Amino acid sequence: MTHVKSMEPNPAAPDVIRNVTNVVFAGIGGQGVIRASDVLAAAAFAEGLDVKKAEVHGMSQRGGSVRSDVRFGSRVFSPMVPDGQADFLLVLSGDQVENNRDLLRPGGVLIDPTWVDESRLLSRKSLNVALLGVLATKLELSPDAWAKALRECFKSELHHANERAFAVGRESAVAVARESGGITP
Amino acid sequence: MHQSDRRLLSGNEAIALAAIDGNVTLGTGYPGTPSTEILERFSAAGGRGQWAPNEKVAMEVGVGVATAGATALVTMKHVGLNVAADVLFTVAYAGVDGALVVAVADDPGMSSSQNEQDSRHYALAAAAPMIEPSDSQEAYEFTLAAIEMSRRWKLPILLRLTTRVCHSKSIVVRRGLDGHAASTTFTRDIAQRVMIPAHARPAHRRLRRKLDEIREESKASSLNRIIPGNAGLGIITSGATFLHVREAAPEATVLKLGMIHPLAIEPIRAFAAGVERCLVIEEGDPYLADRILAAGVKIESRPEMYRFGELNVARVRRILSRDDTPEPAPPRGKPPQLCPGCSYRAVFQTLNRLDCIVAGDIGCYTLGALPPFSAMDTQLCMGASIGIGLGLRHALPDEQAARVVSVIGDSTFVHSGLTGLAEMVYNPPKTGHVLLILDNGTTAMTGQQEHPATGRTMGHEPTGRLDIEAIARTMVGVVDVIDPTADPVGFEQLLRRRLEQRRLAVIIARRPCLLAAADIRNYEKAAAGKTAESALACEALGAEIDA
Repeated sequence: MTHVKSMEPNPAAPDVIRNVTNVVFAGIGGQGVIRASDVLAAAAFAEGLDVKKAEVHGMSQRGGSVRSDVRFGSRVFSPMVPDGQADFLLVLSGDQVENNRDLLRPGGVLIDPTWVDESRLLSRKSLNVALLGVLATKLELSPDAWAKALRECFKSELHHANERAFAVGRESAVAVARESGGITP
Repeated sequence: MHQSDRRLLSGNEAIALAAIDGNVTLGTGYPGTPSTEILERFSAAGGRGQWAPNEKVAMEVGVGVATAGATALVTMKHVGLNVAADVLFTVAYAGVDGALVVAVADDPGMSSSQNEQDSRHYALAAAAPMIEPSDSQEAYEFTLAAIEMSRRWKLPILLRLTTRVCHSKSIVVRRGLDGHAASTTFTRDIAQRVMIPAHARPAHRRLRRKLDEIREESKASSLNRIIPGNAGLGIITSGATFLHVREAAPEATVLKLGMIHPLAIEPIRAFAAGVERCLVIEEGDPYLADRILAAGVKIESRPEMYRFGELNVARVRRILSRDDTPEPAPPRGKPPQLCPGCSYRAVFQTLNRLDCIVAGDIGCYTLGALPPFSAMDTQLCMGASIGIGLGLRHALPDEQAARVVSVIGDSTFVHSGLTGLAEMVYNPPKTGHVLLILDNGTTAMTGQQEHPATGRTMGHEPTGRLDIEAIARTMVGVVDVIDPTADPVGFEQLLRRRLEQRRLAVIIARRPCLLAAADIRNYEKAAAGKTAESALACEALGAEIDA
């Protein structure tokens, strides 16, 4: 089975990885790109799935482009999402969309900051979690798995702001889906 | 397997866990992407981890630990092995009594390095056995295997990693703890451990015999395995590339090599004979392909273009279809830069304004080479700023020589700058020289690790502190300390004056790294609290004695 709601399985993928969900996180160092990818990986792990995650950090901590790939399903081989095979591209910085767009497969979904009303967030820093809230509406991962992952990946003093951000993301995605007649933009 | 036995770990975290489970007595190394987190996680999990001034010292401490019969884990990035190579080549002769595992992390594609050297050549050159995991589970298993191998063969074992093994997360199932740490005691064995020629000659022969035995045994090693598949296509591979191969060619028969050196050729020959088309797909240099071809086994190596950069599923597919047409250039992301408010910004603005010729070094401050500063003219390896700056001064016409400045960070200075400073004093250029030590109180680039001049251990506890200022004063004489952000005008005047004087001078530009400053204040506060506590305890004890 695929873990993506209401999307055709990736036609470009061979059988062996057709049931793998590919998510690429991108942004600028310091935005919480890697942390966001940790949350998704932890949520998929909590569901008992095979999970792999690949990131490059180091120089990127100094305000450069950062990318982190998460893949999950029944069996995952390479930790890196091949170009043109990302089911979702979650970008935290508007200026990092164009250089990553080719990672998306045909029909893949771009989730960028325009999905949420940032003024509703308790902290600008929780944008990463808000976009995870958007992503959550499109994946078959249980609310329990998400909640567990969010608790594991952040200090307890951030839990409240993050729960709020996650909810804002979910609501925004549902609202967008309603406005566009249920068609994923 | 019970869910609680499974963890989602990076390769580095898995190695740290194996170091705990394998009873590593001491872990030591120097921070370097992508290897840094191994020791940090080992230390956080209760292991004894410490940062060494550099990789050579780390390796020497490791040899001492293993000579005592205990288990040492030494970690470094690929270029760190260049620094530690002197130790490696001869400890392979002398051997160890306990276990010495050297984790070396290559960076194909140079996500955060100055070259993409392939450490496998070191295994061959130093005659040190090398094993290579492909994911976190193997990173865990192979670390334990390396400890066992080292103890059994009494040799240092190289654990070769790459960025995608170190920094990728995958699921790890933990093996139980293997019991208790080995007891240590000193037994004298001069012929074994003192590598004078009379002892080293038989030691070299002994080493080669051991390698032959290991090669023989590795024919049946569980570190190598065959994934059965279609006999039409056979692929020989290792490391993270194995995972890309499995995805790109799920139908292929695969020989996955975990044992990189010594390489047992017979099983490879048999594998190649059993498939129609046999490819070697490897990242970096054609290390495996060259060895296998040299043994007369008919295999297909990949086109030269795949020596450069990382491999991935798409590139493996191209190799499979013998595609050597130019690859599309990856879209350019945003390059890293000095943090807004970084104290180095003022330094490089000044160097630019004074039209200095800047011999640079390795660290965040290397970003001073990029616009808008463009104020660094050379950068090669740790500590090179001083020697290269001196060489430029020796050879350039006076007017240019007098504008040469060497720029080095605090951690890099401790790593490899001290000997450069000795050279500066011993062979001073006739125009003098100015060394600028950028002291931000941390090893910033790799994630704010402590070093000997911070006076705190890996775990941020107070320890002996190397006083850079006192060292420079003793060695050179003229030393100024200034905060270039608080006083940019004063900094420029000072640098101009020292350059004009045409003498040897050291300027320490000191201001804590922005990212580390709050943590540093907390560590200092905690240390001061402890001192106050122990002073109170002393007073109380004194009062008791008085009473």
